[in-house]
Amino acid sequence: MTPNRKLKVATTSLAGCFGCHMSFLDIDERLFPLLERIELDRSPLTDIKHCGKCDIGFIEGGICNAENVHVLREFRKNCRILVAVGACAINGGLPAQRNHLDLGQCLQEVYETEPGLARGGIPNDSELPLPLDKVHPLHEVVKVDYFLPGCPPSADAIWKFLNDLLAGRTPQLGHALMHYD
Amino acid sequence: MSEASPTFLLDGEEVPFAPGQTVIQAALAAGRYVPHLCYHPEFKPHGSCKLCTVKVDGHWMTSCTLPAQAGMKVESNTEEINAKRRLLTQMLFVEGNHFCPSCEKSGNCMLQAVAYDLGMVSAQFDHFFPDRPIDASHPDIVLDFNRCILCELCIRASSEVDGKGVFALSGRGITKHLIVNSESGRLADTDIAVTDKAVDVCPVGVILKKHVGFAQPIGKRRFDAQPISMQALRDAPRPLDRKPHSGA
Repeated sequence: MTPNRKLKVATTSLAGCFGCHMSFLDIDERLFPLLERIELDRSPLTDIKHCGKCDIGFIEGGICNAENVHVLREFRKNCRILVAVGACAINGGLPAQRNHLDLGQCLQEVYETEPGLARGGIPNDSELPLPLDKVHPLHEVVKVDYFLPGCPPSADAIWKFLNDLLAGRTPQLGHALMHYD
Repeated sequence: MSEASPTFLLDGEEVPFAPGQTVIQAALAAGRYVPHLCYHPEFKPHGSCKLCTVKVDGHWMTSCTLPAQAGMKVESNTEEINAKRRLLTQMLFVEGNHFCPSCEKSGNCMLQAVAYDLGMVSAQFDHFFPDRPIDASHPDIVLDFNRCILCELCIRASSEVDGKGVFALSGRGITKHLIVNSESGRLADTDIAVTDKAVDVCPVGVILKKHVGFAQPIGKRRFDAQPISMQALRDAPRPLDRKPHSGA
């Protein structure tokens, strides 16, 4: 690797709320020096639809449907280092709170029983990815190299993690930045 | 501690002890932290969480149940032992449903604090996602069984201190779970009170007081400021001198 080559970084949100991406943007003016060192590939920030060969992939959110599985595998195939970012990517998070419920009953309750959404019935468009019966963290589907906990991880935690990674060190958050919430 | 006190070696340093003290008691009294969850200075040792496991002359032992002996060589804060403790903590996380962002105990939770201290960034194993309905029947207390680590502190506190015997364990192996000792099985049908030791002693977010919510902002909670390894020493030593009440 030439020393001055910018590292290619891809990001995506699967079964997440984009809170981790918002926290990433919260590194604020530190984005400028960061963009001297990285180049974004597939990401909601570039709107590039598919992931090319990348050095680092950051994934927010767990796996709740078939499309999530495809995107996760695309990232794993193309990213040298894959990072699970945030509670949902690491343990399923809020979406996984449905895991003790029957999926069919869940959909029925939301789209047929509840008064607000009951008119249309359970969505059945072929464009919609099929939901999985359980929500899974990333490491249950592919190998994950690093985990960055938090709901979301703070901007400072993301900044520390990125700097460690870009410097070739194993990321260490330390007590102040380590949070599961 | 007088100069005549016997000592043992903990990670190569001398720790004095009084006769009858366990290794963890002597270590904490000497300002040396040993990770633990089911051990509590006010209760008899239980030896179930295994977090306080140390190596004594090459053998794995739980330091909360091991009487200190002069001259023993104890290893505790080594990467090998901490890796085992991290593994045990990860297993506790996948066995239950520990979703910290929605837990009122977050920031004050010993399981979470121990996991932070051991550098646990993921649970590594596949999550069980067990189905454990909560019991919100009591007007002042809610039970969220999803977070139970089976430390039995509430059981010990309710029978030994409160004299009520509100809690018990049922089942064996992976089906073992916390139950409420009333005919209906509901907490509302017991004589538990919000001031009971059993309510106070839960190290995780199972037994929660209602009408409290997220009272402390992030940054002000117990383990936000300092890791548990620096705070557990504040509680120690506390002698085992309480006379147990008769159980209900």
